[in-house]
Amino acid sequence: MAIDMQQFHQVFFEESFEGLDAMESGLLNLDLGDVNAEDINTIFRAAHSIKGGSGTFGFSAVADFTHVMETLLDEMRDGRRQVTQAAINVLLGSVDCLRDMMQAIRGGNEINRHGVSQNQQALEDELESGAGSPGAPSAVAPASAAQALGVDSSIVGWTIAFSPHKHLLKTGNDPVRLFRELATLGDLSVAADLQGVPDLPDLDPEECHLSWRLSIASPVPVQAIEEIFDWVEDDCDLALQAVYARNRSASGESGATLPAAEPAPAAKVGPVLKPQSEAVKTGEPDDRKKAAAKASSSIRVDTGKIDALINMVGELVITQSMLSLVGEHFEIAKLDQLKNGLAQLERHTRELQESVMNIRMLPISFVFSRFPRLAHDISGKLGKKIELKLVGENTEVDKTVVELLSDPLVHLVRNSLDHGIEMPEVRRAAGKPETGTVILEAYHRGGNIVIEVRDDGKGLDKDMLRAKAIEKGLISADAILSDKQSYELIFMPGFSTAEKLTDISGRGVGMDVVRRNIQALGGNIEIISELGKGSTIAIHLPLTLAILDGQSIAVGDETYILPLGAIIESLNIKEERVNRVVGKGETFLLRGHYLPIIRLHEIFKVPHPKAMRLTDGLLVVVEGQGERYGLFVDDLLGQQQVVIKSLEANYRRIEGVSAATILGDGSVALILDIPGLVRLANQ
Amino acid sequence: MSASAEMETPSLEQTSLQFLSFTLDQEEYGVDILRVQEIRSWEPVSRIPNVPAYEKGVVNLRGAIVPIIDLRERFKLGWSAYTELTVVVVLQARIGDKTRVMGVVVDAVSDVVNVNKKHIQASPSFGAKVSTELINGLVEVNGRMVMLLDIDKLLKLQGVDDEDY
Repeated sequence: MAIDMQQFHQVFFEESFEGLDAMESGLLNLDLGDVNAEDINTIFRAAHSIKGGSGTFGFSAVADFTHVMETLLDEMRDGRRQVTQAAINVLLGSVDCLRDMMQAIRGGNEINRHGVSQNQQALEDELESGAGSPGAPSAVAPASAAQALGVDSSIVGWTIAFSPHKHLLKTGNDPVRLFRELATLGDLSVAADLQGVPDLPDLDPEECHLSWRLSIASPVPVQAIEEIFDWVEDDCDLALQAVYARNRSASGESGATLPAAEPAPAAKVGPVLKPQSEAVKTGEPDDRKKAAAKASSSIRVDTGKIDALINMVGELVITQSMLSLVGEHFEIAKLDQLKNGLAQLERHTRELQESVMNIRMLPISFVFSRFPRLAHDISGKLGKKIELKLVGENTEVDKTVVELLSDPLVHLVRNSLDHGIEMPEVRRAAGKPETGTVILEAYHRGGNIVIEVRDDGKGLDKDMLRAKAIEKGLISADAILSDKQSYELIFMPGFSTAEKLTDISGRGVGMDVVRRNIQALGGNIEIISELGKGSTIAIHLPLTLAILDGQSIAVGDETYILPLGAIIESLNIKEERVNRVVGKGETFLLRGHYLPIIRLHEIFKVPHPKAMRLTDGLLVVVEGQGERYGLFVDDLLGQQQVVIKSLEANYRRIEGVSAATILGDGSVALILDIPGLVRLANQ
Repeated sequence: MSASAEMETPSLEQTSLQFLSFTLDQEEYGVDILRVQEIRSWEPVSRIPNVPAYEKGVVNLRGAIVPIIDLRERFKLGWSAYTELTVVVVLQARIGDKTRVMGVVVDAVSDVVNVNKKHIQASPSFGAKVSTELINGLVEVNGRMVMLLDIDKLLKLQGVDDEDY
């Protein structure tokens, strides 16, 4: 019975995408002047394993495509071909193409065949254009050296004489599988030679007595065939014979006469690539969404982390058995032992918790690694000179953060590259070095991770932002804005400063979405900018989304958790400091500022609050979205670390509540969300 | 592989269904037993602010936050005090491509009944105190009428699932 290959697909896709990333960064790091064979080898290996995997899983389109790439890389690796910028660009385009193909396959969508065949043509053109030197090491097969370099354009097919040795079947190889593989290369016809089959009495059913003559009507490279027979090479006699087109004379034209040749027009590398990338782009958002919906989430964990976890569990088990021994025949003399045991248990539990959290932590390089490519592409497209520096790539962040961060970051970096950095001549005129610098940095500060996108570009023009906002009716003409408020205008929906739209950025749907995404992660975003010198956009995010330092508060019989980070202070209320605005809204005068008072029992309709009068309860000063509010509660309980549990998994989103947690007594407490509370209070 | 397994299963399963029946007020309801995760006794919940009254709150079910819905209030059958006999049936609903676990408060669980598919009648368009869209069908068990509930519809939440799916 066939093995269900489906179960391995996930792993294959994951590995392939990793391989593609590796290829991409490898290609970008290639130094044209001094090509390191090991670098090319890394790229080659990645391509090779994608090809192998896709062949195994029957994704022949991917396998065929990768094969052409591999041939090109192979020649580069052996030094038979110069590494040129054009070749690298073609290969980069192919990496994109492969990624799209994989995404399409994973999402169960149609592959963009047109784009693929164009890209493949570009690769083949590249292969032909710089054919290696004639002194190349000759191939094993009786094919000519030229064929070893790829596809001799006058070849239309192959005939293969395949006579396995008798013990072939015992080695676990099945000729039928080989043939099936061959059939993926092109039209295959198989003729079995029955002459070697002995009479029935002499027949050993475990031996292979057949031999075959196969012919493929497709101009595949000889390596493709050899590869299929790779495993049985020593267990058979194999002869490959190329079949040539009848009009061999004009090899340039013969391409058109090939029965199985790609229909794409032969053109120069550059122009071919462009339409492909555009075609892909139009289909992209949709495809990606579908693929994302289907992909189940998994995580690769460093085995070191798992070992630490196993150690910890071991310790925990020992402590537990020690405790149960104490408990079995407990007498008061053992009280100290019990206390020690409990202390140990507490320590182990905490360590275990930390190790488990650690598993979810990934280095931020997972997000950062895509940006060199982005910078490479954009600088090429816009004619800018840009250097992208990555700092602190090994900073670890929660997996969820990593995933959700990538889109907002792409947006910010694109903005910096596109709008921030000026054209070289402008920079020169401004007395700055022609090459603009964009720095992407991640570091820890307190319980937060900070990610900064810094550029030394033209910076934000406050007056222009203001004028734009007034023009779009986002603020009134006489609004008084601080510097910070002016910069924050760019986060307003419908605000775009780009004079013309480019396909890189500037559709005006960006920054407000970016801010919303960041806030959804419990973080915030801020801008510092100086006109003419550049801007810095800093994202502050909680280190992990799974645990939170909380302050328990009591209202009526209910307990809620406030994130400790949101609390500024808490104080008793003196009646004389309370003012009422239009008879309703209450404010509290704190050091010269009027804080709006939000009564938690009111907005949450808590039955039987203990404190109805402001003087009976406590005012917790909290901060949300840069503003301060006074949250009126009955009492403060204790501080504790709480594990964040999703309310939405089985239930719904509740305004004013970010999540839930489970308290020491097993009951559920809601974690408050300040911006949500403010919205509720304003309703 | 899976295809052949399905072929081999006896046809009994295709004609007969098992339901867990429970009572609300004087009425008897049934839910597909395969969707019942467990049956628990009532325990205090943590109230959730600003939701319909029949969404009583959430409890901690072995580390998962699970909402509890009072079916009496949901079906407007009148309020009754929670006693030791009050039971929470924990159900699994498939909404969209997600599985959601929820508890429903019922007066008492009565029985597990085998029902032949053929004997299930379409629900009438009037007469029940429930809007009949939540009812898959009616079936007679030992002379009593049991209303079979559509769990996926039942556990859809106002304002959450309407627009999403």
